[in-house]
Amino acid sequence: MSNSNYFQPGTSPVGFKRLRSDHLNEWLDRHSRTFFIAPALVLLLAFAIFPTFYSIIFALSRVKFTANGLRFRFVWFDNFFAQFSGNEQAHFLGRLTNISVLGWVFFAAVTAATLYWLYKSFRNGASVVGLIGRFISAAMAISIAFLFSATLLSGNPWGTLMTTLFYVFVGCTVQFFIGTMLALLCSQPISGKNFFRVLFFIPLMITPLGVGYAFKMVLDITKGPLQPLWDAIGLQNWAWSTDAWTARWFVILGDSWQWIPFIFIAMLAALENVSRDQVEAAEVDGASNLMIFQEITWPQIMPVAMTILLIRMVEAFKIVDLPNIMTSGGPGIATESITLHSYFLWRANDMGSSSAVAYLLLILTVVVCASFFNYIVLGQFKKTK
Amino acid sequence: MKTSKNAAAAAVSAIMLSGLVSAASAGEFDGVTVNILTRPGYVIAGPLKERGQVFEKETGAKIVVSEVPYAEIFPKILNDWTTKTNSIDVGVFAAGWGVELDAAGLLEDLDPYIAKDKKIDTADIAPYFREFGQKVGGKTKLIMVDGDFQMVYYRTDVLQKAGLQPPKTWQEYIEVASKIHGQDMNGDGQGDYGSCIFKKRNGQSYFAIQTIAAPLVQTKGTAQGFHFDNATMKPIVNNEAWKKAFEIYKETGKYGPPEELNMDIGDTRAVFKSGRCGLLIEWGDPGTLQLDNDAAKIKNLMYAVSAVGSKEVLDRKTGKLVAVTKESAPNSIDGVNYAPFAAFGGWAGAINKNADPKKKAAAYAFLSYMNQAAQSNVDVTLGPTGYNPYRLSQLKSTDLWVKAGMTKELAANYIGAINAALNNPNMASDMKIPGAQQYTGVVLDTELARYLSGEITVDQALKNIEEGWEKITEDFGRKEQISSQKLALGL
Repeated sequence: MSNSNYFQPGTSPVGFKRLRSDHLNEWLDRHSRTFFIAPALVLLLAFAIFPTFYSIIFALSRVKFTANGLRFRFVWFDNFFAQFSGNEQAHFLGRLTNISVLGWVFFAAVTAATLYWLYKSFRNGASVVGLIGRFISAAMAISIAFLFSATLLSGNPWGTLMTTLFYVFVGCTVQFFIGTMLALLCSQPISGKNFFRVLFFIPLMITPLGVGYAFKMVLDITKGPLQPLWDAIGLQNWAWSTDAWTARWFVILGDSWQWIPFIFIAMLAALENVSRDQVEAAEVDGASNLMIFQEITWPQIMPVAMTILLIRMVEAFKIVDLPNIMTSGGPGIATESITLHSYFLWRANDMGSSSAVAYLLLILTVVVCASFFNYIVLGQFKKTK
Repeated sequence: MKTSKNAAAAAVSAIMLSGLVSAASAGEFDGVTVNILTRPGYVIAGPLKERGQVFEKETGAKIVVSEVPYAEIFPKILNDWTTKTNSIDVGVFAAGWGVELDAAGLLEDLDPYIAKDKKIDTADIAPYFREFGQKVGGKTKLIMVDGDFQMVYYRTDVLQKAGLQPPKTWQEYIEVASKIHGQDMNGDGQGDYGSCIFKKRNGQSYFAIQTIAAPLVQTKGTAQGFHFDNATMKPIVNNEAWKKAFEIYKETGKYGPPEELNMDIGDTRAVFKSGRCGLLIEWGDPGTLQLDNDAAKIKNLMYAVSAVGSKEVLDRKTGKLVAVTKESAPNSIDGVNYAPFAAFGGWAGAINKNADPKKKAAAYAFLSYMNQAAQSNVDVTLGPTGYNPYRLSQLKSTDLWVKAGMTKELAANYIGAINAALNNPNMASDMKIPGAQQYTGVVLDTELARYLSGEITVDQALKNIEEGWEKITEDFGRKEQISSQKLALGL
């Protein structure tokens, strides 16, 4: 082979005319990253992002089914506004009339605190993007505080938004607390802990529909397996499912039974990674168990704990199976979550309203979870550093 | 329940073996598969599957029955047929849903098939189901496999013991329920319930409230309707008559099971079959369900009245209640206005207009086969099938029913009540216009549930329903809805 016929790929020895295929290879080389990513990106666009944006068309339209397919009538944001006014307002937000004095006081306090926080952020020189983010979070916090004041603190019924927030905040708090306690227990040198680990993990394997039906049957006071117990304690005529608050708590009970194992298993993994040397050194120095937890264990497991809590919150916003199976959203609309609200609208072929409600849930989830991440999770991370 | 299902299956099989498939000739549909979508469980779907196997042997057409939750049947069919996915050839659903599907141009006209069908004998189908159930705009678009309207059932032994007569008005219903509530009705030493009604939200509670409202609102025959002013489609719901119906409905809860607000029809059936209910609102099913092995405590004790009425009716001009007179309620009997409510209308099969012609022919042949007296006169006597009578030959004599296990007295009472309802010129029709599911299954059902749970007052509930119904009417187009309503009521 003579030297004149040899050249490195992508180069053109002097005196040789570059071949067309060389140009092509060079071009392919330059764009190789794009070609590798493209198939995955196209699939993602086709199966995930495109439907998401396509559903915006539904949310902005009234949709009619005809022999020639779907007929869209563009109504701008009517489907969204409908959730905040008239008949649907009470369904989505709750009844907002006759706000009590306590309600106004609470609302004023939260609003003042939020505005002060915004002012402080401004004074501390937050960036424009940061300020916009804080403004959105503050608006959401004030809105939620208003709903809380107008409904719970004023004796008015809740809408699906507040019910969803109840499942998220109360449910996740209960689940996080119990899951962490169980993980702490199983991280101790106790006998049979492997058995308990498996036992506590099992509920997570069960489909939520199965959990819903199981709880519905177990908690049936007239013909369920616990009926003799209800009789024995004089509760044979007490129906948890016909009272708004007990129904909500029983939904949380079922949800917690299923999701505590998730917190448990993640926290157990975090606890088992805590440095034993530091714990033992603290014990030698005479630190109490509480001090060890506060000063050594918690700072080390906190990043995992916050992340797990965030994931659980995102999931909790989408709760649908349990209230659907256990109470069908009742009594009234007391246990209806936003996802269930959207599902019921879809079932009635009201595609526009169903999509609008789903987008409202998306906005709520993104703002609440992003705020939680930015101001609580990141705040905790900074503290531990 | 399992035993009774097996018995039903055995009975159906026995008839099948006698080779009664006659809508189509042998091998005519070789290689054709008919996909049917309907509700889950043995009820309705079971007989379709079992008879489908025999139909396949006789004609070559394979019948595939898919089951989805009740609330998803309609959206799934609508989606499948409008998007021309066409994975479903036949939908077996509420007869009333046909109007909306037909308005979208999705239903095959079945009159040409019927014209060539010598076995279906449409003259034997009760006029209400033939004209209002099967037809849309004067053309046959559905084939009934079941006939539905709601009646009130009572425990004859319990009422006799208490010296009470079956209720004629809703006020009497409350009185009877209050007097028998707490009595031990099944001998287990526990107090039982005066009234059992499925009141769970997103169940079928919205049918029961209409059964109570119908005699208070509709006075001048089926064509009058009781939901809208037919000329304007303005709701006639925010008035004293519906208010009273709501209040009566809530009051029945005082004499019902503690969990009644969370009970669907499956739950109430389990309770009444265990002998714990004195009165109940139901479709035709309890007549035959009481013959099941797991209903031994109430066998031949559950009698029916075709309708419970009212001594007051709505004056549509003023929105107030007025006493029943021959002027205010021309169809009243002894000062009581009755309006038996054709809730749901019965399960019926409709064929996808865009299906392959061979499939359509096979689908019609199968629906005709299910509907023919040879099959249906057996199916309607078996409780687990969920099929209730809709043919005149099923209601002529007590023989069929005595053969199914009823005493002659119960059989006479049962078919007597059904005949009385079917012959009542003031029978109240279920809503059969586009959006019917939204009007009743969503708006009415939600507001009713909120009222029952104490979230809102009756006045707020009725106002919300009025607003909600108006919004749906505007959405679908008022003119179009007026036309549909006229078609639905045969005006």
